Formats: sequence, C-alpha cells, structure tokens
Amino acid sequence: MSLKGRKQAFRVTRGVGDAAEMEEYEIELDEGMVVLDCVHRIQHEQQPDLAVRWNCKAGKCGSCSAEINGRPRLMCMTRMSDVVAETPAGTPIEIRPMKAFPHVKDLVTDVSWNYEVAQRIAPVKGPEAPNWEFNQAEAHRVQHFRECIECFLCVNTCHVLRDHARFDAFAGPRNLVRLAQYEMHPLDEEDRLPEIKNEFGVEYCNITRCCTEVCPAGIRITDDAIIPLKERVVDRYYDPLQRIWRAITGRKVRM
Amino acid sequence: MSKEPYTEHEYDVIVIGAGGAGLRAAIEAARQGARTAVITKSLLGKAHTVMAEGGCAASLGNADDRDSWKVHFHDTMKGSKYLADWRMAEIHAKEAPDRVRELEQWGAVFDRTPTHVINQRNFGGHTFPRLAHVGDSTGLEIIRTLQERGIHEGIDMFTEHTVRHLLKEGERVTGCVAYGRVKGDFHAFSAKSVVLATGGITRCWTVCSGSWEYTGDGHALALWAGAELRDMEFVQFHPTGMVWPPSVRGILVTEGVRGEGGRLYNSEQQRFMFDYVPAMFRGDHADTIQESDQWVAEVVSGRQATVRRPPELLTRDVVAKAINAEVKAGRGSPHGGAFLDISHRGKDAILHKLPSMYHQFKELAGVDISEEMMEVGPTAHYVMGGVRVDPQTQETTVPGLFACGEVASGLHGANRLGGNSLSDLIVFGKRAGEHAAKRAKNLAPPPIDEAQVQAAIAEMVEPLERGEGENPGRIYDEMRDMMQAKVGIIRTKHELEEAVDDLRAFKARAQACFPGTDRRYNSGWHQALDLINMADVSMAATLAALTREESRGGHTRDDFPTPDDDHWGQHLNIVWMEEGELKIRQERLEPIRGDLVAVLDEVKAMIKARAEEQGGAR
Repeated sequence: MSLKGRKQAFRVTRGVGDAAEMEEYEIELDEGMVVLDCVHRIQHEQQPDLAVRWNCKAGKCGSCSAEINGRPRLMCMTRMSDVVAETPAGTPIEIRPMKAFPHVKDLVTDVSWNYEVAQRIAPVKGPEAPNWEFNQAEAHRVQHFRECIECFLCVNTCHVLRDHARFDAFAGPRNLVRLAQYEMHPLDEEDRLPEIKNEFGVEYCNITRCCTEVCPAGIRITDDAIIPLKERVVDRYYDPLQRIWRAITGRKVRM
Repeated sequence: MSKEPYTEHEYDVIVIGAGGAGLRAAIEAARQGARTAVITKSLLGKAHTVMAEGGCAASLGNADDRDSWKVHFHDTMKGSKYLADWRMAEIHAKEAPDRVRELEQWGAVFDRTPTHVINQRNFGGHTFPRLAHVGDSTGLEIIRTLQERGIHEGIDMFTEHTVRHLLKEGERVTGCVAYGRVKGDFHAFSAKSVVLATGGITRCWTVCSGSWEYTGDGHALALWAGAELRDMEFVQFHPTGMVWPPSVRGILVTEGVRGEGGRLYNSEQQRFMFDYVPAMFRGDHADTIQESDQWVAEVVSGRQATVRRPPELLTRDVVAKAINAEVKAGRGSPHGGAFLDISHRGKDAILHKLPSMYHQFKELAGVDISEEMMEVGPTAHYVMGGVRVDPQTQETTVPGLFACGEVASGLHGANRLGGNSLSDLIVFGKRAGEHAAKRAKNLAPPPIDEAQVQAAIAEMVEPLERGEGENPGRIYDEMRDMMQAKVGIIRTKHELEEAVDDLRAFKARAQACFPGTDRRYNSGWHQALDLINMADVSMAATLAALTREESRGGHTRDDFPTPDDDHWGQHLNIVWMEEGELKIRQERLEPIRGDLVAVLDEVKAMIKARAEEQGGAR
C-alpha cells in the first residue's frame, strides 16, 4: 500500500511533566516513511521547537524510543505502513514519550538512571597479557548481549520499574544484560554474583518477558541473560548440595 | 547587552565529542593524570561511531600472517592517492594492532579465528584480510567498549551539551563555551588543552550515512578559532547506501557485504565492476567471475587466497563512481542504484556475518537479502578533510587545540580505506589525549574571559529573540538538497560557483530564521545554530572543490576528469578564516622519507610477485 499523498493526523505529547498535553498535527505522507520521518516533518513544517531525541535514524543508536499507539518502539524503525494499518480509520496516530522515566519535554525523557546503574558495574577484568584466546562459540554467547543499543525500551516496559518504580533495588533489564555480558565473558575473573543478587536485585524479575518482547536488537533478555544469572545466584546461595560441597572442600565464595 | 547567567568549570583537558576518538582521547588524558571532561551533544554511547559496521583495520596478521605494518602503510598511501600525510600513515599502521588488542582487554569481543584469536576480514584496498570485526556492528562494539572503560577513569561527562565557542587568550585556546540542550543553560570551561573529536560533516548532504550530529561542529570551531583545514574537497561517497524507500536513502550498507563475497550487478545482470579497474590496480584484481568466486570460496572458509580478489573490492571512490556511471548509462536499478547480491552465501552465513544488514533491509525496505538483491547507490559517508594537525601530537595550528578522528585530517588524503576510520580513532585519539595532557602539565589554569563568554552566549540566544522568521528545518532541508545537487559526487566549475553564491544566501537566511522562544530542549534552536557551522563548513568544501582542477579519490570534476599528477598530485588545499571570510591557498607536499619510499617499493614488489603467482599480472 503506497502512502504517498495521504493526509495523516498525529497526536503528540507537548509540554513538560504534568502540564504536558496531547497536540494534534496533520502532515502529508511519502513513500516508505518511518515514524521519525513524520516527527521531523512536523518539526520542519509546523513546530520547530518540538523536542525529540534521535541520532542515527538507522536503528543502531537507540536514541528515539517512544510509545507509538501505546507500544514502546524505536521511531526510526517503525514503518508508517505498519502503524497506519494498526490504527483504526479516522483515529490519529499517538506518539508519547517513554512512561517509566522522568519527563523532560515533549517526546524526550531523562534516562540518566540507566547510566548511574552502569557506573556501579565493575568493568571486565581479564589477563594482563594481550592476545586473549577464546573460541567463536564462547565469543558468540557474549556478543549477543553486546548488540544492545541502549534504547531502554526494556527498562520502560519492565513492570518492576514502570509500575512499581523499584529503581532503588533493581538494576533493570538493560543493566542485567550488561552484567550477563561480563559474567559470561570467557576470560572475566571478577566475582559478580553477590552484587547481582544484592545490589542489582536480579530476584525482582519475575520472568514475564515483556523486556524481550520490545527489544529492537532481538536480544532474548529474559531467557539468555536474566534466567542464567538467576540460576547462578540460586546455585551459590540456595543449592543445599553446593553448600555441603563447599563445607567439605573448604572452598570459600563471597556471599 | 543583558548579561546571561552561566556556570564556570575548570579542567586540564576538555574533549569535545564522545565518539571513538573522543572517548579514547579522554581515557588517555585521564590516565596521564589530567583532570578531564568530555562534552558531547548526545547521550553517552550514541555517537556516530555506532554506525561503523565493517571493522577496524590493524595488521595483526591473525587471518593472514603475511600482513605487516608495511603492507598496511602501503595500502593506506595508495588508497589516499598518495596525498596522505605519510608520517600519520606510518604511525597509524604501526600502532593500530596494539590499540585493537587493548580494546580486547577492555572488554571488546571480536569475532574469532579457528585458532581462537581476533579474526580479520577483507575490505576494499586492503591487500590482506585486516579488519578486526564483530559481525557488521563493529562500531557499536568499539564505542560500547570505550564507554564502559571510560566511565571508570574518573572523567566528568557533560552529555547533551553543545560547544559553540572556543575561548582564546592571544594565540592559544583556553577553554570553551557550551549550552545545555536539555535546560538551555550556559557553561564556560577553562581548559589548558582542548581536544576536538566532533566527527564529520556529511549531514551537509541530503543523501548521507551520517547521524544528525554530523554538522561539522569541530571543523567550524577550528575555523572560527583560527586553525587551518586541509583536504576539504575530499568527501567520501560510500558506494553502497540504501536507495529505496526514499526515507531511508543514504543509510549505509556495509562494505562487509562485498568483503563477504557480495556481487554488484547492473540492470542487464552484468558484473560491471570488471570494466572499471583503474590502471593503478590493474593486475591485482580478478579478471573473471570464476576467479572471483574462487577467491570468495577460499577466504570465507578461512584459507589464504590463492587467486586475486573480486573487483567489487576496489577502493570506495572507484566503486562509487562506477555505480554512478552505470546509472547514468541507463543500466541502473529501478530506483537509481545498482544491485548488490549476497544471497549466494545462504541465510545462515548472512545471519551470522551480516545480521544488522539482514534486519535493516527486512525492516526498512521489506527486502530479504538472503533471497533478494539489494538496491544500493552512493551516499555521503566521510570527509577526508579536516583540521590540520601535527602527525605526532595531533595539535592543530592553534596552540592548545588538538583534533583527532574524523574532524582531523591527514591520514586519508584523497580517499579513505574502509576500516581505517575505526583504527584512526583509537590510534590518534590516544595520541591526542596523551599530548593534550602533557601540555596541560606545564600550565596554570587559564582565567575565563567573561567578555568572550557573554559575547558567545549572546550569539547563541539571538535566534530565540528574533520574534519572527523562517522555520530552520526548511533551510536545513534546502541547503542539503543544494549541496547534494551542486557539490556532490561529480562536480563542475559552473555548479560549484553557483554553490558558493547559494551558501552565502543560505547563511543569511540561517541568520534570520526563528525557532521559537523556548530554551528547554528546543530542537529548532539547536538546528538554527548548527546551520551556521554547516554553511561555513560547506563553503570550505566547495571552495576547495572549486580550486582543485583535477579528479582524484573522493573529488571528481566533470570538467577535469583525469588526475593531474604534476601539479595537484603534489599539492594540498589549505583553508582558513579571516574576519569571517574563508581563504584558500595551496601547499606543496613534503617528499616521503627515504626509508618509507623503500617500504613502498618493497610492498609493491611483493604484491606484483603475488599477483603473478596467482595467475594474473601483465
């Protein structure tokens, strides 16, 4: 279906915080547009001071996260043909900022909490000598996590954060993926499990997989990152056989 | 003039930009003991470096042990059409391997060889497989690695802050003035050294692969502060950008597709690149489809190539012009490009080696590249030109001001080899940080000159106070369209002269536009300010293009279609600003040092012998 020439109405969040309102705009569409193109068209033709955060417009930087018709997505990777098809006829397409983060203005939110959590995660610690050796299968496991573009859609969707606001106790899916990436790095020597359990609160996740569903990088956040971390925590803290084994061998681990 | 409040900060080293070069510079400066801050327009980890795909060139010799710094040096010089600064090319070739190994120790997880070390892939212009890579998202890997290292080095990060002015005291740079994008507040920084790491200028063209940040901020800051630019006529049009649908036109299709065996076809199903091998490269590329296919089969199975590489892997300038010529001759794809086919590699290999290309085409164009051909065409991708720097220290012609990465110049001459950008960032980023910190050690903190700060702020606030005027977005769109039409891949004197006049008019319009009055995250205000640098930087590129009456690398003149080795093969264009006007002069290249001439001869002889062995050279 070609959208060229079609007049399309949008309702876009305008303003700051509680004072923000939905404002309506109408633009003419072109072939093959994505939602971010439409926001740019609104800026360039009608509303220059409309705030939107974006960088690459190619799905690689994760800056333009928003809630389009209530679904958290990247504006640059959401094609208008799909959005038009899902929107009931005669209804404007709705674009709102991510809900879980403090509102800055219009479509922009303050995502600095994610960076503050990242700051508390110890960096990789491996051999001093260069030319590290590990095979492709080992690399691949970690590379999958490193495809994260930090769009924070997963954090926005996670109900531990979105609905219960446990920003104080839970690191959120993005940073659990980061922890998994280090924890499963073939040569990382850092013991991370006590922090993963206590400080970063892996146990708060109750595996609803909402984060995985919205991940534009296709990372299986819950199954590949969070569940294995939970298993490692369980092994250390709760497995009676492991505890007995440690008592017999005298092997000490940080709890 | 009413006074605006601003916040003062004091650092040893300020790095402007948080891409690969900026982060690497900041890490080094901090490790040298300098109190260091990074000021970036975006959030951390979002810079244009994330868009680099194919890999990072370094002669590790892991995938082919015949590789060495000498061959890398030769390939870089040859790719640059011998306009590169040979000192920088030497430093780069020698230091890139250590910089890559260091990234691995900071957490980068590169693809592996069967012997468990960093794997390397083939790329245009590189004699041996040389690019350390992670599928087709190497830039993301590198920026994330530097970000995750950088946050533990005690560096202060000013994210979403834009620098608009460099403070000076006499000849030297003493700091900068920035606005906060979120609040619209102002900041003055005292710094003993300032490092520009702002990336490129390709947003000045409509069809480009650059992120919004690529508005030439550092190029302009350098010009305004009295520094010199060189090579501004050399803009790399990457041969393979997406061409359809229109809204994604320009988005990069990695050269890695061709490195993994991708074939270029015209609308008559011909592998046209066989007809476009320039004299310089004749004899060292495959003559037949059969030879090409054999080369691909060998290298993708991890063996050393015994035959010559496909002509699709010629340097970017050559391939871009070939596609352009095919389209002009009426043999283009339906939407004005060429066809690129990788489907013969099969879905598994494509998903493993080129996953983001697969998703990019699937999601943005509805094309399954494991079954269908891609449509690709040239896209403004990289500016070889930039701030002139000392090859050892990366200091510009203005004391206290350093530059590294794409905003700097010298390493790439008339054409950059794919993969040499990521390595450029880490090699010269480190050097810039190191020398910026060294300089800072011997200096007292410079005072902040309030008059300069207030003047800079007044300039920034002025668009908000105009009350009426055009939407800056409209000027932005039209100026980019003009650059695309008149200062594009093929240039003529007439159009370049028109572009000079047009740019003057665009700048005047930019100085009268009105983005509204809101200071808080006002995208139009930011754009209104960006337009001024874009106009100045576009003018620098246009003037240099007008002056260079020959065709070489990333600069092609329809009215001077061949290289002029006697004059232009020996001269550089230098651009600078005086009283708000751009000036240009030519400077003669310094002859290559004797021992490096010997290196070039040695490598040439090796390549010739190898080509003969592989059944070709005439």
